[in-house]
Amino acid sequence: MAATIALIPAALVVLVIYVGCMLWTIRLSFTSSKLLPVLDWVGLTQYERLFGNERFLIAVKNIFTFGVFTIIGCLVLGFLLAVFIDQRIRGEAVFRTIFLYPYAMSHVVTGLAWQWFFNPMLGFEKLGHDLGFTNFTFDWLINQDMVIYTLVIASIWQGSGLVMCLMLAGLRGVDESLWKAARIDGVPAWRYYLSIVLPLLRPMIVTALVLLSISVIKLYDLVVAMTHGGPGVASDVPAKFVMDHLFDRNNVGLATAAATMMFITVAAILAPWIYARYASVDGGRA
Amino acid sequence: MSKAQPHGRRPRGLTIAAFGIYAFLVIAALFFLLPLWIMVMTSLKPIEEIRLGNIVAWPVAPTFVPWIKAWASACTGLKCEGISVGFWNSALILLPSVPLSILVGAVTGYALSFWRVSGANAFFAILLLGAFIPYQVFLYPMVRIFAATGIYNSLSCIVIVHIIFGLPLMTLLFRNFYAGLPIELFKAARVDGGGFWSIFFLIILPMSPPVLIVATILQVTGIWNDFILGLTFAGHENLPMTVQLNNIVGSTMGERTYNVDMAATILTALVPLFVYFVSGRWFVRGITAGGVKG
Repeated sequence: MAATIALIPAALVVLVIYVGCMLWTIRLSFTSSKLLPVLDWVGLTQYERLFGNERFLIAVKNIFTFGVFTIIGCLVLGFLLAVFIDQRIRGEAVFRTIFLYPYAMSHVVTGLAWQWFFNPMLGFEKLGHDLGFTNFTFDWLINQDMVIYTLVIASIWQGSGLVMCLMLAGLRGVDESLWKAARIDGVPAWRYYLSIVLPLLRPMIVTALVLLSISVIKLYDLVVAMTHGGPGVASDVPAKFVMDHLFDRNNVGLATAAATMMFITVAAILAPWIYARYASVDGGRA
Repeated sequence: MSKAQPHGRRPRGLTIAAFGIYAFLVIAALFFLLPLWIMVMTSLKPIEEIRLGNIVAWPVAPTFVPWIKAWASACTGLKCEGISVGFWNSALILLPSVPLSILVGAVTGYALSFWRVSGANAFFAILLLGAFIPYQVFLYPMVRIFAATGIYNSLSCIVIVHIIFGLPLMTLLFRNFYAGLPIELFKAARVDGGGFWSIFFLIILPMSPPVLIVATILQVTGIWNDFILGLTFAGHENLPMTVQLNNIVGSTMGERTYNVDMAATILTALVPLFVYFVSGRWFVRGITAGGVKG
């Protein structure tokens, strides 16, 4: 009895917020709500508008570009860092601390810091000039085609440490006799890591992949701090599109339609992962 | 991890391979450290020197004036009270949010792992899924609910929101920890007539310091670094430090003061960085156990 009572707060959160608010948002996406929510029914009108909205299409394209490069970048760099750290090096703790500290910082801090480094007048460009490369231009922050990659770089800097930690935990679980056996067979180190260790790390890689994908879809703070979605809307992302249309542009119907699309994307990423992880293994307390 | 041993081969002497390993690690370390270096250097230079010199150079005339300005008199719009306002707001948000969210998570995790509650697994599954769904899916209805109850844009509003969104991760953390405790212990306490709350407070909680530490680290850094929730729910009087920082950097009238901006940015990062450097391996344990956040 007391156990049931103790679960009431959590049950309320699940029912009211996770289920209730989500259904509410989805319901609103089928209405013509502008500033205030109305409960009429306009079918898929908002979705048609959404996919005819140039700004939203740019945001979707951006999140794909950002996602592909950030995820690949974090996975490759994180894996390499873990492998190199795992070579019985001196000062392991120092290197680990250095590679992970950006992860402790907020996206806002990361974004504002990198905004300064990419400053087209005084940042890396001026550094290049001072080093003697007078024709060096580095204007990615104000370049429509390149601005999304400034977000990628900042994001890889911030997030690789997490992947390194996950991979390192995986590497420490690999049986040491495998390496000895590989050595006896004359397998070179790079081949050993690529063909033997990498497949063994699959669970870690999948976990990292899911975590990175989710954080990509949630991307908001970094964009707001670093580029404001600009120049123009060149670095807009879906989360920012939703926030702007909810609270600044008073277009609740369109915003909730976009939010619902975000939810569907997350569900599509999660479903196979959860299925593979839980459906195949029955029971178990944890 | 039971085997916390490096497992690569041991480099003997300074072979070419060992040299290559260290070269890679040092270059990578420079990539990770360079931003921090630039931030600190920029914050210590007068603005003229920023214009003339380059961003990585050591300051010719180091000055702490930007730091004082950033803390006490940097402007957001018309108000010029510095980032300190945001610091104290974040502290006020943190103070109730961290213990309350941990307590709710601990009780929920305890109830789910030791007590028979019907539908517990389905319940837990939905709770976990909630952690993965973007905030944008919930925000608008939540704003309406809080506005209807009259606490929207207040300190209690943002604290409740942090408890709500902290719940999945906290429950996961405590449930997994309690699943590792021997069930016999719980059964013995039941035989001795212990009730739900007495077993929790007298037996389970005293065994929980490891998970409490991890939970505290996760919540302090997570809530301190939050931007979107504070922006949406805290109200103008309680804006957390991250929002304040973004306003200061974004709304400077006239010429941008990069040195003050960088000092304010470092100040905002100090609390999570302090937690990170002090907690060491505990931080790693936290993010790998519940890497759901972010």
